[in-house]
Amino acid sequence: MMLLVAAWAVFLKDVRSELRTRYALNALLLFAVSTVVALSLGLGPLAPSRNADLRLIQSGLLWIAILFAAFTGLSRSFVQEEDARTAAALRLAAPPLAVYLGKLLFNLALLLLLVALTAVLSIVFLRLPVGNPGLFAALLIAGSLGLVAATTLIAAIISRASIKGALFAVLAFPLLVPLLVVAIRGTELALDGFGWDRGILPLQVLAGYTIALVTVSLFLFGSVWET
Amino acid sequence: MQELRLELDDLAIDYGTRRVVSGVSLTLHAGETLAVAGANGSGKSSLLRVLCGLQRPSRGVARYVVAGEIMQPDAARALIGWLSPDLQLYRELTAHENLRFFAQVRGLQLSDADLEALLTDVGLGGRGNDLLAAYSSGMAQRLRFAYALLHNPPILLLDEPTVTFDERGAALFERVAERQRNRGILVIATNDPRELRYGDYVLRLGI
Repeated sequence: MMLLVAAWAVFLKDVRSELRTRYALNALLLFAVSTVVALSLGLGPLAPSRNADLRLIQSGLLWIAILFAAFTGLSRSFVQEEDARTAAALRLAAPPLAVYLGKLLFNLALLLLLVALTAVLSIVFLRLPVGNPGLFAALLIAGSLGLVAATTLIAAIISRASIKGALFAVLAFPLLVPLLVVAIRGTELALDGFGWDRGILPLQVLAGYTIALVTVSLFLFGSVWET
Repeated sequence: MQELRLELDDLAIDYGTRRVVSGVSLTLHAGETLAVAGANGSGKSSLLRVLCGLQRPSRGVARYVVAGEIMQPDAARALIGWLSPDLQLYRELTAHENLRFFAQVRGLQLSDADLEALLTDVGLGGRGNDLLAAYSSGMAQRLRFAYALLHNPPILLLDEPTVTFDERGAALFERVAERQRNRGILVIATNDPRELRYGDYVLRLGI
């Protein structure tokens, strides 16, 4: 119980700090908006007559926009602690698991905000047709959970490195490839209007991926945070 | 005062191939103060980081014995208060918000009145709702004292405690040092003669 109270305190502290500094929020939102708008201006509304794999391409573009925006912002909750030299105070006072869970929750909140914005912008600017809105939303949420599970631990690993940005992408990429493949394929089904009977498999894979990564992170985080 | 002692046995700290602290062995009991002196780069701050479990020694052992139980420094953090020039709190939060956050993650249930009393004790009474970013360096140092004293730690580690203080700030240090004698162990890293005199023992590094 004390652990959860401490984790919630870390989450609330990060939210309060973020609202006052806009350290990650501005970067994430700017990246998401500029990517979707640039795609819209460059490609124009994609019509089915132009490509038979249109839904797959639209799904891929959506997830790539989310991925790169996430790369821009999700490492910042840990990097900021090191850059501002507040990490030592946090290490001394807070249980490592509380720090992990609090940061995980904060990153999830940030990413869900980003995903919602990116999805709406894509629907508006790229004329993204959503055949099965329920499945579409479920896949975005499940993919976000997986993305956050992978990137939160990696953010902690790279936070004390000198080349944080590059290292974050290098370490995250191999972990995120399976997630992206499943998320893109699953989202294609949702755009095409397939039902839950077809969409349940990618959802299960994404849930399994998230559970596996969170479990591994719970075991590893203490060592990563203290090293 | 519960049974409490700090034991260092052949402790060494390296940075790369350079050994900054070598062969330190000592025992410090509750009610005693250790002053650590030495030139810049002699390893004073590193030694205190080892004592609070933020850094591992390159060789040897640092441990606490608390009521008969042996604890490594990282396992004893709930008992340790640490103040250092390396310690930064959240500049975008107020002093109250900083202290409330650290109280919550430590599992302490402190009221606003408790926090205000602590801030008053360190000379920041009435300034709790100011952002830390608006504090002077001396006020920020007072808030570091509040952070270190928040949980009434039986082990207090103070690294250059009065470096940004005026005379009134120095009086705060003296009050805290006197109080800690009745609470447990105090370790001070300093070269200030006024602080060194608080040491029952003086460890000189880099000699």
